[in-house]
Amino acid sequence: MEKERNKQLKYIANDVRVGIIDAVYSAKSGHPGGSLSSADIFTYLYFEKMNIDPKNPDWEARDRFVLSKGHTTPGYYSALAHRGYFPVEDLKTFRHTDSYLQGHPDMKGIPGVDMSSGSLGQGVSVAAGIALSAKIRNKSYRIYALMGDGESQEGQIWEAAMFASHYKLDNLCLFLDLNGLQIDGKITDVMNPTPHDTKFEAFGWNVITVSAHDFEQLDNAAKAAETCKGKPTVIICNSVKGKDVSFMENQASWHGAAPNDAQYETAIADLKKVRAEI
Amino acid sequence: MADKIATREAYGNALAEFGGIYDIVVLDADLAAATKTEVFKKKYPERFFDCGIAENNMFSVAAGLAATGVIPFASTFAMFAAGRSFEQIRNSIGYPHLNVKIGATHAGITVGEDGATHQCNEDIATMRTIPGMIIINPADAVEARLAVEAAIKHSGPVYMRFGRLAIPVLFDSDYKFEIGKGVQMTEGTDVTIIATGLEVEQALIAKELLKADGISAAVINMHTIKPIDEAIIINAAKTTGAIVTAEEHSIIGGLGSAVCEVVSEACPVPVLRVGVNDTFGKSGPAKDLLEVFGLTAPHIAEKAKAAVALKK
Repeated sequence: MEKERNKQLKYIANDVRVGIIDAVYSAKSGHPGGSLSSADIFTYLYFEKMNIDPKNPDWEARDRFVLSKGHTTPGYYSALAHRGYFPVEDLKTFRHTDSYLQGHPDMKGIPGVDMSSGSLGQGVSVAAGIALSAKIRNKSYRIYALMGDGESQEGQIWEAAMFASHYKLDNLCLFLDLNGLQIDGKITDVMNPTPHDTKFEAFGWNVITVSAHDFEQLDNAAKAAETCKGKPTVIICNSVKGKDVSFMENQASWHGAAPNDAQYETAIADLKKVRAEI
Repeated sequence: MADKIATREAYGNALAEFGGIYDIVVLDADLAAATKTEVFKKKYPERFFDCGIAENNMFSVAAGLAATGVIPFASTFAMFAAGRSFEQIRNSIGYPHLNVKIGATHAGITVGEDGATHQCNEDIATMRTIPGMIIINPADAVEARLAVEAAIKHSGPVYMRFGRLAIPVLFDSDYKFEIGKGVQMTEGTDVTIIATGLEVEQALIAKELLKADGISAAVINMHTIKPIDEAIIINAAKTTGAIVTAEEHSIIGGLGSAVCEVVSEACPVPVLRVGVNDTFGKSGPAKDLLEVFGLTAPHIAEKAKAAVALKK
């Protein structure tokens, strides 16, 4: 990846993070922690990787994306808004009664959302279904999905892992946001789902491990996934929950909480500082 | 009444038949031999995908297929569809109103010897709570075949309920089927029996039993539980003044409840329910179980007399 492009993506990811804080702050609820840890992945997919057209969200040949960790809509919506699917100002209506920006992804009402999700464990199966559909119909589009690490405690994830491998769904590329925290604490304390790499390998997947906050690594991994034939790929992304907001970083308590006025100011100041250092 | 055929047989045959006309895909969860999707599998192996014993994944995969324009039929036993995978069906299929067809076999107590764990008497109740879900419970093989075709033509999720037990064929080949339209099988003046699934045959027998006692009973086949045919129910309430419902399902949440909801709001008259009486099933030959759980014609006739007695 070109240095200049890498820098551009960092600026965009910073914008996406500001959108996350704005959305959660105006909603007075939502999930900033996992949105911030996934912000670079959203940015990479929607601004670099995916073959999409924001002016034509239902374009039949587009790449598809399923947000299995559906609660991280602040990050998802912020990326979609900045990419041009809907106005960035609308992020401030997130979770409001009269807004189309539902708490969890709603494919019926939100431009750019390919699948409704939110109940953990189901999105990888849905993505596998879309991948199977593309295989049946000889379509060349690729299917991306993003799951959480705590989400891997859901048994259905492993049903999907078996299925995608069994039907050789090499058009499926799954990102796993490994931030190490879930609502009740560390994933290894709550119910240890690690190691993810050898588990997915044992299920027959191509496994790549990267830093969730390094566009170069994300790009190399996603390209490697495209050339891997006969197997689905999982890209395990080591991340920092709450990334770039000082008081949210590595704090499970910021999984699903909104900042107050003072915290909002601090968060925005933190993100400005990060921007200045790009 | 010709040969007896289980509605699951008709389901498998219909998938194979309509698979040649419509571009459908069939999923199963290691029960193809029992759900009869194997008939389709043999004919169109490239459009059949076994998901193994992992129903939750299967229904979510079906959602993904439907999200990209494929029409999937996802099949397993009613217990594992409407029971185990209720939430996948609710959130991944129902909420986005995706075009998934659910073929749920082995519904009700006529599963027989396998017993309570496999006898699903709750599926209509759970599926009925999902906005936009269509629920069809065919009364015979002819209706089951037509239900499959209607489901393909309908845009949106459809739950079809099929049985394991071979039952008589009630309808001719020119029988017309329309989703949401109850069928007035016979006219009557004293009471209406509204039945669904294999209870339609029992209702027709009950009508004859009642005739011997001087009671004139109308019989309605309510093949679609959702959306329920309100007009035919209200007409029954107005013209006969008493209703008995009959279903191979819990008396809680199924046809009986759906009819009560309509009658109590639009035209209150006595409604008595025949069904599995808030109890689990048990092992035994299906025929015996229908008797044990009070689902045969004499039980319906008794309820009908009680309903008539309640009329003011």
